[in-house]
Amino acid sequence: MSDELAAVLGKRWRRPPLIRRRWLRWALGVGFLVYFIAAVSSVEVNWSRVYEGLDRGAAFILAFATPDFASRATDIWEGMLESLVMTVAASVVGIAISIPIGLGAARNIAPLPVYLVCRFIVAISRALQEIIVAILLVAIFGFGPLAGFLTLSFATIGFLSKLLAEDIEAMDRSQAEAIKASGARWLQWINYGVQPQVMPRLIGLSMYRVDINFRESAILGLVGAGGIGATLNTAFDRYEYDTAAAILIIIIVIVMALEYLSGIIRARVQ
Amino acid sequence: MLRLENLVKTYRTGDQALKGVHLEVPQGQVLALIGPSGAGKSTLIRCINRLVEPSSGKVWLGETELTTLRSGALRRERRRMGMIFQEYALVERLTVMENVLSGRLGYVGFWRSFIRRYPQSDMDEAFRLLDRVGLLDMADKRADELSGGQRQRVGICRALIQDPALLLVDEPTASLDPKTSRQIMRLICELCRERGLAAIINIHDVALAQMFVQRVIGLRTGEIAFDGSPEGLTADVLTRIYGEEDWHATIEKVEEDEAEVPA
Repeated sequence: MSDELAAVLGKRWRRPPLIRRRWLRWALGVGFLVYFIAAVSSVEVNWSRVYEGLDRGAAFILAFATPDFASRATDIWEGMLESLVMTVAASVVGIAISIPIGLGAARNIAPLPVYLVCRFIVAISRALQEIIVAILLVAIFGFGPLAGFLTLSFATIGFLSKLLAEDIEAMDRSQAEAIKASGARWLQWINYGVQPQVMPRLIGLSMYRVDINFRESAILGLVGAGGIGATLNTAFDRYEYDTAAAILIIIIVIVMALEYLSGIIRARVQ
Repeated sequence: MLRLENLVKTYRTGDQALKGVHLEVPQGQVLALIGPSGAGKSTLIRCINRLVEPSSGKVWLGETELTTLRSGALRRERRRMGMIFQEYALVERLTVMENVLSGRLGYVGFWRSFIRRYPQSDMDEAFRLLDRVGLLDMADKRADELSGGQRQRVGICRALIQDPALLLVDEPTASLDPKTSRQIMRLICELCRERGLAAIINIHDVALAQMFVQRVIGLRTGEIAFDGSPEGLTADVLTRIYGEEDWHATIEKVEEDEAEVPA
């Protein structure tokens, strides 16, 4: 038996820690805990205000028991229609633009300059939150669904291109290599070697994005970018909680329907 | 038919995978390339069709020098070099037929390939090849539904439908059982004979290589350490290629195999 083996026999084995220095490990752990407690205790809570607000909250929640679809039916209908139009148009345009940018943002298939440009576009789109973009675009194009449509298209690009590019980067190289070896052109190579590998994920992500765009379209109305959000905002301003509840219920139902639909589609394309 | 002149490949990491390889392969010759992992076998065949760019040296396919070609001309030359891969490298979510037809991509335009409307002659040839390897009824199956041996047969069809002059074969039997491995090797060698194709076959299994090929090249750390007939692979030679080991079992096994399977 070697000395090396004799030295370790009978000893407990432990997984080597991530941070080797014991004092640093403890300092980081304790430091985080202290900061966390300090951070939570620094958030002010005005308990008397909470007490007053409970009534309003209860009224809001109770309104869900008596949602009022009827008295603002035309407003709701128009807002919903506008939201759906925004969602569909923005998703189609956004996805169509995302695909070439996603290809360009994948390091394993794009040359460096193209990669950098596409990654830059993705970074810009992701850095700017929807609401901020919407406020800017409302300032440029005025109130209405055009601003919302452009906002959602722009946001779709950042989301979909990035995730598509990551899926392309994770693809099986040998399948793509085999297509290249046959003498295929670049587009043929993408169509045969890359597309089949990433298609299920692209479809899944696109469905997910449609879902997100619809939900976002309800928010964008709050800053005047059209859609059901505008109707919702008005209902809140007038304290018409039962109308607001009706709108929220419709949104929930539509999101659930989209979720169900995307589940079916994803199962079929696997 | 194929001539490599002083082929060198140095990877960006500084690893020298090929250190000046000279090799000439006449028309119709099937040769096996053996050697330890990391000896540069894969790099060598990928430098021929430039899936890996050689650092220096020349590759002649017939009268054409490949290393200086621009992308369009390279694509046209790649059509003459069919490639068969380790782990098959079929596009898994495409059908068997699409996988076979993808071997024609170098010949058809983008639009035709995009809508899968290949010329009738291509489709007929695809059916003929699938029939030849016994997979005609699998044409509409998705590639990932097939077993390993079946997938490699599809891979062979994909390479042959290119109507190549040369086959580059990278570890065709690496993930197959011993019986299927022999069947695949036999099929590749038969098809090469039928069509007068030259082939370079990278292979780990020395005994299997000896059973089927006319010539063996031993590669060691990027240099050719042996070039001769399969009978010339003695224990000494194997030691030169792979390093010290008791080789007698390997060599004896070959002799038994040859007695058992008449060529």
